[in-house]
Amino acid sequence: MNETNSLIQIKGLRDGLLVSLDDAPWEEQRSALILQVDSQPDFFKGARLALDVASQVLHVNELVELRDQLSERSISLWAVISESPTTEKTAQLLGLATRISKPRPEESRQFSVENLGEDPALFLNRTLRSGTRIEFAGHVVVLGDVNPGAEIVAEGNVIIWGRLRGMVHAGSKGNKKAVICALDLSPMRLRIAEEISAMLKPQEHPGPEIARINEDGKLQAEFWSPG
Amino acid sequence: MTAQVVTITSGKGGVGKTTAVANLAVALASNGSKVVCIDGDIGLRNLDVILGLENRIVYDIVDVIEGRCRLKQAMIRDKKLPDLYLIPAAQTRDKNAVSPSDMNRLIKDLRADYDFVLIDSPAGIERGFRNAIAAADRVLVVTNPEISAVRDADRVIGILEAEEKGPAALIINRLNPILVKKHDMLSAEDVLDLLAVELLGIVPEDENVIIGSNRGAPVAYDTKSKAGQAFRNIARRLKGETVPFLDLDSQGSLWERLQRLAGRK
Repeated sequence: MNETNSLIQIKGLRDGLLVSLDDAPWEEQRSALILQVDSQPDFFKGARLALDVASQVLHVNELVELRDQLSERSISLWAVISESPTTEKTAQLLGLATRISKPRPEESRQFSVENLGEDPALFLNRTLRSGTRIEFAGHVVVLGDVNPGAEIVAEGNVIIWGRLRGMVHAGSKGNKKAVICALDLSPMRLRIAEEISAMLKPQEHPGPEIARINEDGKLQAEFWSPG
Repeated sequence: MTAQVVTITSGKGGVGKTTAVANLAVALASNGSKVVCIDGDIGLRNLDVILGLENRIVYDIVDVIEGRCRLKQAMIRDKKLPDLYLIPAAQTRDKNAVSPSDMNRLIKDLRADYDFVLIDSPAGIERGFRNAIAAADRVLVVTNPEISAVRDADRVIGILEAEEKGPAALIINRLNPILVKKHDMLSAEDVLDLLAVELLGIVPEDENVIIGSNRGAPVAYDTKSKAGQAFRNIARRLKGETVPFLDLDSQGSLWERLQRLAGRK
């Protein structure tokens, strides 16, 4: 056993492996991982790998390089977990999961969205293309369209300054007061808390709309009117 | 000279990637460029058939990567155009036979001697697609004016943006202006409205394309075919020329709108 292996802990998950990396410069972490894999190729071959990089900041080219190197060794990287918001964003951009079913014990990002007041919001200044999935423990604001095949799952409200044609779930942890707003509400599917949209009639003249759960407990969309 | 490496992909299968690669290769080589095209569809190779070169395959790309032959031995020269070469895919292997780093190494050896390296990507977004885009300087996305093709193209463009592969450019293939006018088919504007990328060209539906495929003679050779003309125009745009869009529709206003859309970033 050489020293580099002390950077790596491997645990078996129900459906794959979880590799946790101790804090170190990314090059050291990456080479330690590849070295570990190459020293036990049969153990890793065909594995689904979730990688915990702790506080490491990873950009697109670094994560793509790692994923390609793992894929060449028949390892499929499906999740990257980290404390760094940059790394989480990179993982999401590349279609990787950022959470595994058992939450990490240090994770205490529970804050109340009960009041839906001044809580953190994720601001996305771009159109979300098909296949993009955004999951956020707060509100989500998009300056752009949400294309069919794109998904947003937010514990708070979802505001789209553009066309909503994809799928949105607001109040995802059960908050019935959450709302979904869009300049053109033509979604594939809407959910607020537990309620799922019935067929929202496509509008002849689309305008800004707000969707919420009404007094009867039903999901309803209405045109925006000030006041 | 250093080659421009262009990958043609789509997400959806059957929209016309291989047809586009073959025709752009012919059009570029007929117009003074030295071109190599690479069939990236390992296991389901088609580019050789469309170019009419299937009887000339001795070695393929996997033979080169696995060291059984030199690169030049796998390159098949076109029957009619001396500056056009094909590196065929392997038919008896699959996409796992090649990796992104293999593609980078192979293409590095080609860059110095050619003007264009065109890579025919397979359908999908998995290993074959990753191999095809690994070495690309530029990626062209082919789509049909049809809702599921456009959905897949959006996904692919999203992946290309996320992986910082530079701005994609779009080719809309098999557009039927009569169906568009009857509102039975998406228009180019409908497609661009969703995809929001640069439009490189529109290729109209043309039965000469299938006739050409079956004969192993890409339609870009055919001066009377509108699809052939469209491909020749796209080739010129790839080389940096400004070429007006074909008048597929007699209405002048459509032509003007497309001009504006083509300039939209």
